[in-house]
Amino acid sequence: MKQAFPFSAIVGQDAMKRAMILTAVDPGIGGVLVFGDRGTGKSTAVRALAALLPPIEVIAGSPTNAATPEDQPDWAPALPDERRIVPTPVIDLPLGATEDRVVGALDIERALTRGEKAFEPGLLARANRGYLYIDEVNLLEDHIVDLLLDVAQSGENVVEREGLSIRHDARFVLVGSGNPEEGELRPQLLDRFGLSVEVSTPEAIDERIEVIRRRAAFDADPKAFAARWSGEEMRIRDDILSARARLTTVDAPDSALRDCAELCVALGSDGLRGELTLLRTAKALAAFEGTDCVSRAHLRAVAPMALSHRLRRDPLDEAGSSQRVSRTVADVFA
Amino acid sequence: MIAEDAEPWVAGQLALALLAVDPAGLGGVVLRARASPVRDACLAGLPPPLDSVRRIAPGIADEQLYSGIDLAATLAMGRLIRSAGILARPATLMLCMAERCPPGLAARLGQALDQRAGHAVIALDEGAEPEERAPATLTDRLAFRLDLDGIRAADLAHLPLSEPDFAAARERLSSVIVPDEALVALTVTALRFGILSLRAPTMAAAAARAQAALMGRHTVADEDLQIAVQLVYAHRATITPADDNQPDTPEPPPPDDQPEPQSDDNSGPSPDALAELLIAAAHAVLPPGLDAALQGAKAAAGAKGAGGAGGKRVNRQRGRPLPARPGRISAAEKIDLIATLRAAAPWQPIRRRTQGCDADRLLIRPGDVHIRRFEERSDRVVIFVVDASGSAAMARLAEAKGAVELMLADAYARRDQVALIAFRKDGADLMLPPTRSLVQTKRRLAGLPGGGGTPLAAGLMAGHDLAQRVARQGQSPALAILTDGRACVPFPPRTGRAAATEDAEKTARLIAATGTPVALLDTGNRPTPALRDLAMTMGGHYVPLPRADSAGLTRAVETALAR
Repeated sequence: MKQAFPFSAIVGQDAMKRAMILTAVDPGIGGVLVFGDRGTGKSTAVRALAALLPPIEVIAGSPTNAATPEDQPDWAPALPDERRIVPTPVIDLPLGATEDRVVGALDIERALTRGEKAFEPGLLARANRGYLYIDEVNLLEDHIVDLLLDVAQSGENVVEREGLSIRHDARFVLVGSGNPEEGELRPQLLDRFGLSVEVSTPEAIDERIEVIRRRAAFDADPKAFAARWSGEEMRIRDDILSARARLTTVDAPDSALRDCAELCVALGSDGLRGELTLLRTAKALAAFEGTDCVSRAHLRAVAPMALSHRLRRDPLDEAGSSQRVSRTVADVFA
Repeated sequence: MIAEDAEPWVAGQLALALLAVDPAGLGGVVLRARASPVRDACLAGLPPPLDSVRRIAPGIADEQLYSGIDLAATLAMGRLIRSAGILARPATLMLCMAERCPPGLAARLGQALDQRAGHAVIALDEGAEPEERAPATLTDRLAFRLDLDGIRAADLAHLPLSEPDFAAARERLSSVIVPDEALVALTVTALRFGILSLRAPTMAAAAARAQAALMGRHTVADEDLQIAVQLVYAHRATITPADDNQPDTPEPPPPDDQPEPQSDDNSGPSPDALAELLIAAAHAVLPPGLDAALQGAKAAAGAKGAGGAGGKRVNRQRGRPLPARPGRISAAEKIDLIATLRAAAPWQPIRRRTQGCDADRLLIRPGDVHIRRFEERSDRVVIFVVDASGSAAMARLAEAKGAVELMLADAYARRDQVALIAFRKDGADLMLPPTRSLVQTKRRLAGLPGGGGTPLAAGLMAGHDLAQRVARQGQSPALAILTDGRACVPFPPRTGRAAATEDAEKTARLIAATGTPVALLDTGNRPTPALRDLAMTMGGHYVPLPRADSAGLTRAVETALAR
């Protein structure tokens, strides 16, 4: 694999980086949506995340990256219980991927050559326990989107086609990126992403220069550049690991729950998913920062990314929905 | 450009030479030209690493791009034979008819380029209209863009570079140093030309490095930067640095909630001399009529939004089966079993004899496989947005009702659908959801009330929402807006005529962004300039119709929305 641009070397874009780190701390938050202009480092960040994430232990040769023989789906060939450490999978879902490539289908090769009815796992199986990345998610075909939502929600992929009846684990974090100029995302899909961040091209000239400077250094010698940043990368990785360990002990007092509820009521977000995600994200942030209690500061920090995409659409508010969230947070927490 | 025929056209060959030195860093070239001798001449002498060309077409299947099963070989050998995908080895991917490249393929090629495995893409953009162009996802990742319009084969320069030169340049590439002030100058220059994407300065730096390597330098010099800026920035410019101070030109809408950053440049410290030099250099090669180009870009952005791979393209509701055609089995296609068997049937005796197998086996070869095809055609839904306010109601409402009925009768023949939205007093109502039913329409229309203020913004918004919903269902919406102008009711809680006009304009911009075809029919007693501007904002047609009758309305809508 080619050397990826180090995650920690990405200039600015703090909201995007923080959101990605938080989903790494608690995959249950449910994915990140990154919307922004072209050439703002969306793809770079997602691909850099792969290198940053702690490796996982899988059974060698498992089609679904199973951790233990019990997790191994029953249709898969029996494998010896031989563990292997692999990088966290980050699977790209190309646009225009057909349904059978995503969910898996009849293994046509084996059907033709050996006359056997076997299942060929798709991208969802490969993304299990990892990340599924969709670039230009807003251009994805609707029926694939529906399918992804369903699987992301249930954590299980059920295939009923071509005489096959198969199910396997598919617990993954959806990461979507897109350019809003090329099309909006359906509100149903928006709501299913745990976090959403808007990225824009840095405007400060010094920041822009720093981006180009680092990119040029990376292009000139990727290995040396990565080596220079490896200390920082390891630090973030260790922080993520210790945050994961601390996550279960983070306490959310009743006052924090009340704050969440009041905030969501004030914003008029639909359903209760907003509250749940907000609290979960705040907990992950508290764990990442090394504290063991959710405070208002945590809620304030994560509210824009957890709630901005759950508001009723107001296309005439040019301020953007994250500003609306920040305003409301200021009002409610005043 | 023709005037300069004494001077050979270097840019094309130079861009290709730089690409040959650093394919991974530069991504590739968009070559905008129809198939012509010039294009052939331009591509004839591709320098060494680029000459392993793989031609790909916009309809290429995943199996070919990545690895897939070689069906013919597999069947023949009786064991699994995989074919290597095109992306498996570094190669120059020559994308024919890049203007028809679907977003899915663009995303995949972009992904391959991002991995920097040494692929280079030469996108042959044969678009005839300015709106027909390769998808931005792909072109943003390609450093150069060459337009062969008006260039003769004889004008093409021949660069005295040979294979060893390129090999030496590639050798030298990794040791070429780009000084820090050069990076600063490139970034500043990009901003002055209104290039917001940060890929552009990165690629300009790569181009300068490649040029320096080609010239045998170990440090990037000013002339390398000049060449890089001319090749990479000129076609990306969205503003000319000269007209910074006069933003009255019809500017393209700035990207969402992001102010144009030029103002810092004017008031802040002026960029250093190098940047000025680069700006002058790029300025020299800015395409003539940049404004027109920008308009084109805007239109293309709109068209892009409409042509995305949403539910719009795939409409099998009206899918009419077409004759099956021979094809390969792939994930995207469905086999037409009957046609496949029919194709295989005549050959059975011969095949049995040659393979020497028993008579009750059916021998099917890959060449027999037929693929099912459908003709896809989407329904059009004409959404009438009718002003039922007091000012318009008296005379016009009756005519609008008549027009909708006439359209409906017409639509019945052409399988179009019609929907009706009326706005009056303080809001807009969907009077009639998309339908083909004549009876229902007449009943609803008869009950259409009139009177009150003109909440134009609410009407437009309702039209927009319905258009979006219709589009999501895979149909093509078109908006026909009938009004006499004066918006006087804004979105609540605001009040006042100024706010009403402002809201209407904002909503119009929203509609323009979706690329929905729009016809605005001015039903006032005399044409209103404000309405013409509004129609322009929506990117639609303006039809003034003082004293229109139903037949006139129908004709006007037909002409304005004609596909």
